[in-house]
Amino acid sequence: MQQVFTKDEYRKYVDKISPNSKTARNASRAYVVGGLICVIGQFFLNSFRQMGLDQDISASLTSVVMVFLGVTFTALDLYDGLGKFAGAGSIVPITGFANSIASPAIEYKSEGYVLGIGARMFIIAGPVLVYGISISIIMGIIHYLLRS
Amino acid sequence: MLEKKVGKLTSRMQKPPVIASAASIVGPKEGKGPLAGYFDQAVDDDLWGEKSWEKAEAKFMREVLAKAVSKASLAMGAVDYAIAGDLMNQCIAASFGLRESNIPFFCVFGACSTMGEAMSLGSILIDGGFAANVACLTSSHFCSAEKQFRFPLELGSQRPPTSQWTVTGAGCVVLSAEGSGPCITGITTGKIVDLGIKDQNNMGAAMAPAAADTIYAHFEDTGLPHDYYDMVVTGDLGEIGHEILDDMLSTNGIRIGSILKDCGMMIFDKKQDVHAGASGCGCSATVFAGYLFDCLKKGKLQRILFVPTGALLSPTSVQQGETIPCIAHAVAIENMIGGNQQ
Repeated sequence: MQQVFTKDEYRKYVDKISPNSKTARNASRAYVVGGLICVIGQFFLNSFRQMGLDQDISASLTSVVMVFLGVTFTALDLYDGLGKFAGAGSIVPITGFANSIASPAIEYKSEGYVLGIGARMFIIAGPVLVYGISISIIMGIIHYLLRS
Repeated sequence: MLEKKVGKLTSRMQKPPVIASAASIVGPKEGKGPLAGYFDQAVDDDLWGEKSWEKAEAKFMREVLAKAVSKASLAMGAVDYAIAGDLMNQCIAASFGLRESNIPFFCVFGACSTMGEAMSLGSILIDGGFAANVACLTSSHFCSAEKQFRFPLELGSQRPPTSQWTVTGAGCVVLSAEGSGPCITGITTGKIVDLGIKDQNNMGAAMAPAAADTIYAHFEDTGLPHDYYDMVVTGDLGEIGHEILDDMLSTNGIRIGSILKDCGMMIFDKKQDVHAGASGCGCSATVFAGYLFDCLKKGKLQRILFVPTGALLSPTSVQQGETIPCIAHAVAIENMIGGNQQ
């Protein structure tokens, strides 16, 4: 066959005819849902503060509650639907982090508790942890050096 | 001299194998699609009573083979070879599904073009006089494919509009040396074509050049008029790949837009939220074994060129930033008066 395109031309052609994601729609959905998740978090934080707990403990407890909710909604087969609707709005908050750990745990249960759940649980969250913790250590060292 | 080889990529059958029977089993989503009435069975549970997606997919294989063989009024022992493959690593749906079949087994991998590859090889075996009956089958499963190629099912993520939905289902045809029915008159074996697409969420665009190459070669090799077939039907290009294919063929002087169809655009309704269309080995296999075979049998279609398309990628190759090599195998199927006994 007479090749109509070079590889470069073909890539440009495909980019041109492939529909793009609906960015405005997706961004507004992400804004609303992500905002709502944060409002729920804030509600728990305020409640814990009102119970007389100090700021640090209240913040930790709020994270625990939000992770619990994220895992629960994943187990109830609801979080994937929310994620499909909200995109980054439900991925970025800590509930999304919980979802990214719970969902492979469910998926790989068929490969057993050790090599399935145990080994694969962090298949998506792993990079976030590795680089998150690495950066926080580096920042900690910089902070220490600047102070002394 | 090669007596059956025509041109560069095509072989013509001297004694065209008959498609004695075809069977298809699909999942719940496919069972609600526009072709629902044509499948032998639509199961209402993705796991089909099994403990894992992989076991369920193997069961699709096992059951569809049994159905097709019984529809051909054959005993399992009368099948000389089974040719099967799927998308799972090491093709476990095929080998585990056929584990207890006691049929001599060729395992093939052509990604979503597997049905075309299996039917091509089956025809060669029969026309070559090596077999009287050959079963060609393949399957895919949305959940096992997502698990292997993408993300866990429960992960809350969005799919881009160019992505396609893997069909849950299996299709099987039994080819026979004798009998009547639609016959495989020729095959055009695809070459690997790679135009540099890396996006595994746009496989239609990756595969379209391979389909164009094979279809062009088929007409070039056989010298048939471009309107010879009632339908030229690709496997799973989806909307974007289909548009590209039509465009590429037209540029090469093959204007068959009105008869050019795609199984990936037939099995689901637009309302079923599958974005650019369907994909997977099971897509072309079930649409052929269900819908197209029925149309051939009833005479609504007399001749078709069936062109399953495959993207030969792996999760590792994608992570290593490789482009996607693709392939398409064409199988010419025609209703012949009086079967193949001419």
